[in-house]
Amino acid sequence: MTENNSATLVSKFIPLPYRDVDTDQIIPAQYLKVINKDGLVDGLFKRWRYTPEGELDPSFPLNRPEYQDAKILLAGDHFGCGSSREHAPWALQGWGFEAVISTSFADIFRNNALKNGLLPVVVDAETHRDLFELAEESPHATVTIDLASQTLTLPGGRKVEFPIDKFNKTCLLQGVDQLGYLLGLEERISAFEARMESL
Amino acid sequence: MKFEPKTLFDKIWDAHIVVQEPEIPTTLYIDLHLVHEVTSPQAFTSLRAKNLKVRRPERTFGTMDHSTPTVSKDLAFVDQLAANQVRVFAENCRDFGVRLYDMDSEQRGIVHVLGPELGLTQPGMTIVCGDSHTATHGAFGALAFGIGTSEIEHVLATQCLLQYRPKTLKVTFDGSLPEGVTSKDMILALIAQIGFGGGTGHVIEYAGSAIRGLSMEARMTLCNMTIEASARAGMVAPDDTTFEYVAGREFAPKGADWDRVLAKWKTLTTDEGAVFDRYVHLDVSNMEPMVTYGTNPDMGIPVTGHVPDPAQEGNLTRRQALEKALAYMDLRPGQRIMDQKVDVVFIGSCTNSRISDLRQAAAQIKGRKVADSVRMLVVPGSETVRKQAEAEGLDKIFLEAGAEWRFAGCSMCIAMNGDQLQPGQYAVSTSNRNFEGRQGPGGRTFLASPLTAVASAVSGRVADPRTFT
Repeated sequence: MTENNSATLVSKFIPLPYRDVDTDQIIPAQYLKVINKDGLVDGLFKRWRYTPEGELDPSFPLNRPEYQDAKILLAGDHFGCGSSREHAPWALQGWGFEAVISTSFADIFRNNALKNGLLPVVVDAETHRDLFELAEESPHATVTIDLASQTLTLPGGRKVEFPIDKFNKTCLLQGVDQLGYLLGLEERISAFEARMESL
Repeated sequence: MKFEPKTLFDKIWDAHIVVQEPEIPTTLYIDLHLVHEVTSPQAFTSLRAKNLKVRRPERTFGTMDHSTPTVSKDLAFVDQLAANQVRVFAENCRDFGVRLYDMDSEQRGIVHVLGPELGLTQPGMTIVCGDSHTATHGAFGALAFGIGTSEIEHVLATQCLLQYRPKTLKVTFDGSLPEGVTSKDMILALIAQIGFGGGTGHVIEYAGSAIRGLSMEARMTLCNMTIEASARAGMVAPDDTTFEYVAGREFAPKGADWDRVLAKWKTLTTDEGAVFDRYVHLDVSNMEPMVTYGTNPDMGIPVTGHVPDPAQEGNLTRRQALEKALAYMDLRPGQRIMDQKVDVVFIGSCTNSRISDLRQAAAQIKGRKVADSVRMLVVPGSETVRKQAEAEGLDKIFLEAGAEWRFAGCSMCIAMNGDQLQPGQYAVSTSNRNFEGRQGPGGRTFLASPLTAVASAVSGRVADPRTFT
């Protein structure tokens, strides 16, 4: 969900049925030699999207035709663990993902995702299991993620609430730049430094 | 006023609060910001676009480590993208007034080796870097954690970060370490116990008799891998071991300043009665050298152990993860890990590349040979470590044993500079991550201590350093 966009996302979702997906899998380190954010999607899940011979692996969920155009990734438990690379959310957004659903996210990944408007949606284990079953049975099924009401709506109308702190929610909904907020604290930062450096 | 007992973490956090308002994350002041070539370029680009400066360049230090060559100091030895990234980083540091330890520097090193070595890392500080292994610096009783590129930009521009207060976890290591067992084994054992996600949302304080007995470098190894339990940071309360290590280093306070900070640093302990959100206890007295067999750091077993059988795993997603890991690693359930052949041994990385790691490894390999079937790389963590090792003749010991001796860098830990495994190869590595392809596409990693790595290099199979002859 990008800043200033509509707060409601209706989309299919791609199931990635592995727990503990680390950021080295999301984008291998060999793709981190760039100095901008262009083309990172080429490295997205590179080792899983492609066979060692460089062919697209048709069985990998992102390559399956029925899931194309999905803007939501349904990930296993503890998604985004490992390195701090912000290239991971950048690459996911490069693919077109606007939200990731899991039971839990690694701390740094979660922070990085929120800074970029990629919404981490935490659901309970039962909802998580239901979504994986649904993705297999009805790959064209859509869910609705509404940030304002913090709800995920499943096909059939069941609504599940998800948590997000008020600050990040406001930033996403109103397009508030977090750096702008910090820059606005200049006087208080200077006062803090003066106090600290006099100790 | 009533005395409220505080944890070490509480004391450092509270001393760095710039602004605390309801429903907004804390604005936390950052004392030391370390930057490297891989995660910073987009942050500098954004500063330029917004016409912003680096607010406190004297609190910001740069080094080049991830993309850099280790066979030579010449950038011709890495690919063009890597060389370009290194050059752009040098330009950024120059343009923004950031002190840089570049390829020509006699002190350049892996960011988490360099900071402590220069005396930049000090007790009580808040320290960040765009690198998850920033947890290393917590060994000094600092609050140190990894951040993303957006946050790098925030710190460059404002010297502050927006952070929610994490939870606290006290890990107590009781007992004393047996011969041949190291702090690397302690952290691998902890991660195997609490799980890869076991520390999520928490800052860990390591305490107990086994911690007090560790050298500073061993404490750094321990704190370094805190992120492999997915904890935000790891810390050890500073003591005489810490103060002796910091004293006299280039950026350490001197004279009257030293006396003043020392008095302050001595207050950096968890008060009696302070409460943590969680507690974990381990006894190290019977601990064995640990080795990982799978593709995440919690898949670790004692070196005398056997690869687990997924059929015995009750949790469905864990069973699937274990099956996937064993398929990738091409290991059989129930096989003895010590029977496993090894193609490459890597001694290096921000986890285990300091002078004490190299001394341990050299003492063990002296007079022996690396097995014919094994390629062994020894990559010092900094140019300072390299020169010290060479002054002690350690390089000759490694070379005579048949190992390669390199310039400083991250090297095969992250495989960005051409130092990498070939598909299917097995490595015993002193680094921190055994993820699929981490050390090169198709490469398979067994994480272990430098002692286990040397024993394995000589025997050509995963080996127990305690029974190594």
